[in-house]
Amino acid sequence: MDAILLQILNGLDKGSAYALIALGLTLIFGTLGVVNFAHGALFMLGAFCAVSLQKLMSVSKITIDPSQLDFLGKPLKVKTPYVVEWFGPKFGNAIIDWNVPLAIIVAIPVMLLVGYVMERGLIKHFYKRPHADQILVTFGLAIVIQELVKANFGANPIPTPAPDQFVGSYNIGALIGLDASYPYWRLIYFAFSAIIISSVFAFLRFTTFGMVVRAGMADRETVGLLGINIDRRFTIMFGIAAAVAGLAGVMYTPINSPNYHMGMDFLVLSFVVVVVGGMGSLPGAVLAGFLLGVLESFASMNEVKGFFEMLYLPSIDQIIIYLVAIIVLLTRPRGLMGKAGVMEE
Amino acid sequence: MSNFTRRGLIKTGATVGAGLAMPTFITSPLAAYTNAPTGGSVTLGFNVPQSGPYADEGADELRAYKLAVEHLNGGGDGGMMNTFSSKSLTGNGILGKKVEYVTGDTQTKSDAARASAKSMIEKDNAVMITGGSSSGVAIAVQGLCQEAGVIFMAGLTHSNDTTGKDKKANGFRHFFNGYMSAAALAPVLEARYGKDRNAYHLTADYTWGWTQQESIAAATEAKGWNTVNNVLTPLATTDFSSYVAPVLNSGADILVLNHYGGNMINSLTSAVQFGLRDKIVNGKNFEIVVPLYSRLMARGAGENVKGIFGSTNWHWSLSDEGSKAFVKSFGTKYGFPPSQAAHTTYVQTLLYADACERSGTFNPCGVSEALEGFKFDGMGNGPTEYRAEDHQCFKDVLVVKGKENPTSEFDVLEVVEITPRAQVEYSADHPMFAGGALGKCNPGA
Repeated sequence: MDAILLQILNGLDKGSAYALIALGLTLIFGTLGVVNFAHGALFMLGAFCAVSLQKLMSVSKITIDPSQLDFLGKPLKVKTPYVVEWFGPKFGNAIIDWNVPLAIIVAIPVMLLVGYVMERGLIKHFYKRPHADQILVTFGLAIVIQELVKANFGANPIPTPAPDQFVGSYNIGALIGLDASYPYWRLIYFAFSAIIISSVFAFLRFTTFGMVVRAGMADRETVGLLGINIDRRFTIMFGIAAAVAGLAGVMYTPINSPNYHMGMDFLVLSFVVVVVGGMGSLPGAVLAGFLLGVLESFASMNEVKGFFEMLYLPSIDQIIIYLVAIIVLLTRPRGLMGKAGVMEE
Repeated sequence: MSNFTRRGLIKTGATVGAGLAMPTFITSPLAAYTNAPTGGSVTLGFNVPQSGPYADEGADELRAYKLAVEHLNGGGDGGMMNTFSSKSLTGNGILGKKVEYVTGDTQTKSDAARASAKSMIEKDNAVMITGGSSSGVAIAVQGLCQEAGVIFMAGLTHSNDTTGKDKKANGFRHFFNGYMSAAALAPVLEARYGKDRNAYHLTADYTWGWTQQESIAAATEAKGWNTVNNVLTPLATTDFSSYVAPVLNSGADILVLNHYGGNMINSLTSAVQFGLRDKIVNGKNFEIVVPLYSRLMARGAGENVKGIFGSTNWHWSLSDEGSKAFVKSFGTKYGFPPSQAAHTTYVQTLLYADACERSGTFNPCGVSEALEGFKFDGMGNGPTEYRAEDHQCFKDVLVVKGKENPTSEFDVLEVVEITPRAQVEYSADHPMFAGGALGKCNPGA
């Protein structure tokens, strides 16, 4: 039971990332009709907002300490971060330690701006082009962003730890009489995702802006004829989708040290999530994200893998998502919650 | 009357054209060996990952290669040429020819690595190929070099198979291997953690992971440890939480991470996040072991590496004259200390050049003969020998652990023990290295 609880938590955690990225993808597809292959790159850029802030905070004053030598035998250059210099060791180090939560504040405007520039500068020119063109241009953009990040930050993962208070694990199993410790930060990530997803739904559901956007998603032309500048609202939605992906990336950094390729690792799976959930369906994207995350986790249990190996299906954990996608698409061609008419013209 | 006819001219032109268009190594029957240098220079091919997950290691390898070329051509301070026991290298290129180089990007993919090596051999006339981070890449390129008739001086490749079942007469490896890591580590692990231990292995699912796991499991079992489980993890895995979670209830009190590079960083981070290092299992502290360390990767894992044991081929903090000379040259030129990847590639380039000088030829068979059984010193690893039977270098191995109180961003590992060569040596027909034959050197002629 302990192992099952852990894999459920793992699945929800993975599903959180899938759901957040898939949610952004669906928002963009639903509003602008664009299949955005650069969405993984936005997730990665969010993570590198945290890395950049960490680097910024570690900009240091250099003093020479003649009592210590560096690797070439010269007097050691001692680095003291300016943050520590200005605010003192206690508060300065606390600011550095809380880099990731602080990066959320930085990432929101940065990613809104990135999304706005991306949409106005490139993607708007492809609205009336075939989906294949959109995929090519956004995929190309993703590669450009990825290579720029690699050129600036290197190829290796960069450790971006959580605040000291959230390092380690919590015996969440004890709440129900089990023994299953789970990392604090992963629990926070799940809670954070739930808040973001709820906020996006609430925004679309309970605000006038959201109502107009939903109307535009249903019938863009009619909303335009009513004198509403729907394009402007859709551009803002692109920015919001970019910010959602970016925030998912920021919060993910303590779980796995970010590298330039992390967006691509999530992109393909997130597209499968969108397709399984139903193209254009926001609840479908979220449901499929969590569902596939949990299934993937269970498939990686030794017992499950052993069972499938007996059926001559090795490495089931690597293919489970695609198997489920095939089954869902064969039985429900529009996905779990897809609607008629989407991508069917 | 002229003998020229239109038909004859076309035939002659086609024959000459086809001959000129043919890759050099196919036309090599005319020469004694593939890509024999004819002018005043000789071209070496540096095949390293310039993109992909090991690009940082590739960049460090390339720095070392450029430094070696500079030293061979008489530039810089000479680095390890001053401490190398062989005195054949004089800073006048190789056999009087100026050393030039071309580079290729392996992308850490076997097919891309073979394509770039092939291009360097066929188009750039490279007489030797060197490089590679990843054993899969090294083994693939080594096979290609054997077929093409050029020497392959392997870079960072740690699988037993490179000089085991996949060894080739044209291939040489200075870097150590999985067996040596295990032989050096096991006694240290026994001394620190005791005999009665239950180890759970997570293993990268490719040639290096398999041989590393087989080696460390055998070495620790010989010390009394029990291997509870070995789970293969796909190379592309980034989130290891699903693999780490089952360790918690497996009864294991040791986790061995047979992972390298990004895999190692992510699996170690997951293991630490799940609180494994804080757990008491079977009345003992839970411990993590990383058999193969890299300083570049250890930096990526940050605080998580502190106190964790592993092994490495070389470390910049060594105090022998060779290491000091190399660190000084490299550090002065680039501003930071070299990695083990940089060290092994620099040494391989010098060893190749020295073998050419001693044999008086670039012919792979002459170079091979000069390297086989060659004993040398002054290159940072103490007395070293290129064993003739499998083209594997035998030398001391470093057992290291993550430093508790690093003084700089480069100071992440500390050397715990220098394990003598005798302890890590094995016979050429050892079962873990069986299954292949060295074959005969191929000059490409």
